[in-house]
Amino acid sequence: MQAATLLEIRHIEKRFGGLTALADVSLTIKHREIYGLIGPNGAGKTTLFNVLTGLYVPDRGRFEFDGASLVGLKPYRVAESGIARTFQNIRLFGNMTAIENVMVGRHVRSHAGAIGAILRTRRTREEEVAIRRRSRELLAYVGISQHASALSRNLPYGDQRRLEIARALATEPKLLALDEPAAGMNATETAELRRLLEKIRDDGVTVLLIEHDVKLVMGLCDRVAVLDYGRKIAEGEPALVQKDPEVIRAYLGGALP
Amino acid sequence: MKNWIERLERLRAHRAAPWLGIALIAVTLFILPFALASVGTAWVRITNLAILFALLSLGLNIVVGFAGLLDLGYIAFYAVGAYCYALLASPHFGLHLPFWVILPIGAAVACVFGVLLGAPTLKLRGDYLAIVTLGFGEIVRIFLNNLSQPINITNGPQGVTLIDPFRIGGVDFSRTDSVLGLAASGPIKYYYLLLAVLVLAIIVNLRLQHSRIGRAWVAIREDEVAAQAMGINTRNVKLLAFAMGAGFGGVAGGIFAATQGFISPESFVFVESIMVLSMVVLGGMGNVWGVVLGAILLSFVPEILRYTVEPAQKAVFGRLLIEPEVIRMLLFGLALVLMMLYRPAGLWPSKRRKREFAETDPS
Repeated sequence: MQAATLLEIRHIEKRFGGLTALADVSLTIKHREIYGLIGPNGAGKTTLFNVLTGLYVPDRGRFEFDGASLVGLKPYRVAESGIARTFQNIRLFGNMTAIENVMVGRHVRSHAGAIGAILRTRRTREEEVAIRRRSRELLAYVGISQHASALSRNLPYGDQRRLEIARALATEPKLLALDEPAAGMNATETAELRRLLEKIRDDGVTVLLIEHDVKLVMGLCDRVAVLDYGRKIAEGEPALVQKDPEVIRAYLGGALP
Repeated sequence: MKNWIERLERLRAHRAAPWLGIALIAVTLFILPFALASVGTAWVRITNLAILFALLSLGLNIVVGFAGLLDLGYIAFYAVGAYCYALLASPHFGLHLPFWVILPIGAAVACVFGVLLGAPTLKLRGDYLAIVTLGFGEIVRIFLNNLSQPINITNGPQGVTLIDPFRIGGVDFSRTDSVLGLAASGPIKYYYLLLAVLVLAIIVNLRLQHSRIGRAWVAIREDEVAAQAMGINTRNVKLLAFAMGAGFGGVAGGIFAATQGFISPESFVFVESIMVLSMVVLGGMGNVWGVVLGAILLSFVPEILRYTVEPAQKAVFGRLLIEPEVIRMLLFGLALVLMMLYRPAGLWPSKRRKREFAETDPS
């Protein structure tokens, strides 16, 4: 089955002074797949995320998401167009409760302004009820309902990662971009995360995943790309990529003479 | 004794208890100006000033408490509102518009100034933002001081005099009327007006806090990058905070000009900005009730000191050793130090702040 393309990244280049963080990277992500992005530290994975979500402007190249160009859009526009992300070093709103965090995620799909809030119009109240209801559902979806009214910074580490996913899902993304969601998780948590990501994919959201846990990536992803020093050195099905000599060299150093 | 406590407990649990409480507060607030007037009209004026400061604190609370943008030039918006009123309702330009026309204009102009301050400082945070806002406050004051030539707009340091009082129908807020045998003096009438505006301001503040916009403000305070990634247009939402906060200042300024009848740039110095900020911090940043409490405390304590320190010293030492003003600053400093040590979240912190300070990070 040949699925339609959701995100097309073409010849993206990003330099910081003399350092080329991304050199001519091209990727194609299809609807409803879990796409893995792997590579050694400093390979440019997070930079690619930041370019994709509008935090950085690429020096060259373009990308098309769902048929529209996203280059140069502000991060909030990118979120509006259907890409939601999580962060490598969790960036929750620490002093807000778990449910409030998710409710902030609903911001982009709701409309009440200051006037509506002050007059507390019927529409505003109804919207507020809907926001709260949806946020509860999402907390249940990722399995942390019990923490709804706890401050997010007091949540256990793994649950903070889940909360970040719930918050991202609240924006109703077509593409969910996760930056090392399994970092710091133990084996049980990782297994649960894997089930969660599969559930998200089955519910129609495409997943782009940066991950160091090779076992997780190989078991979970439909396709993977490998970055090394800002270049894509391999792309394809996990089993094939794993055997690629370039990939082995990037991960283990040069082949023995 | 025990019997009494039990009775009180039962009363508290009663369904009507909250309503009874509200009714009690309302009656107290209603009688208050007459009680104060019997001590001296000065106390009614002091109360009015306290309510004005509460209005200012509520406005600043939006900017500092909700959105986390440190503003050290807030008094500038108070000045803008006051001058708007003064120029449109005084012999200075010969304009005498009614107050219900000017107050919205003043609020709108203050909002514009809020955006003017907000727009160039969008990328600044913390100390850097504080410095720019401080400069902004000073710039506005210096303009007011010097805009007497080439065209005389503000009348410079002499200020604007003979500002119209509020008039509703035939009721003039500067004269004493007799209502039901009670003498309602000008300050008493302004008291009721101010009280009504304060209640309105509190409602607006509370509703904003628990709204989509309020959440966006807190999100920006917590983590601007994450807020953007969640689809919040941080530029607009921040400008909205500046504009809303400034609007409160504009309204308060207009009423201030009407109650005083005279304003000059001297009323809008930097120390006043610090005063309002102290009220917000002391009361409990982010909590509407705490902020009102802070404003009322910091407005009243100096006045009470003024009336007690002098007689007390004269009684004990026979003469005045330390000026009340000096003691005021001493106590003020001491209070701030003690606050930072024992109640860093404020006297009456918001639930969020309380947890922020109380619950330690497990990591």
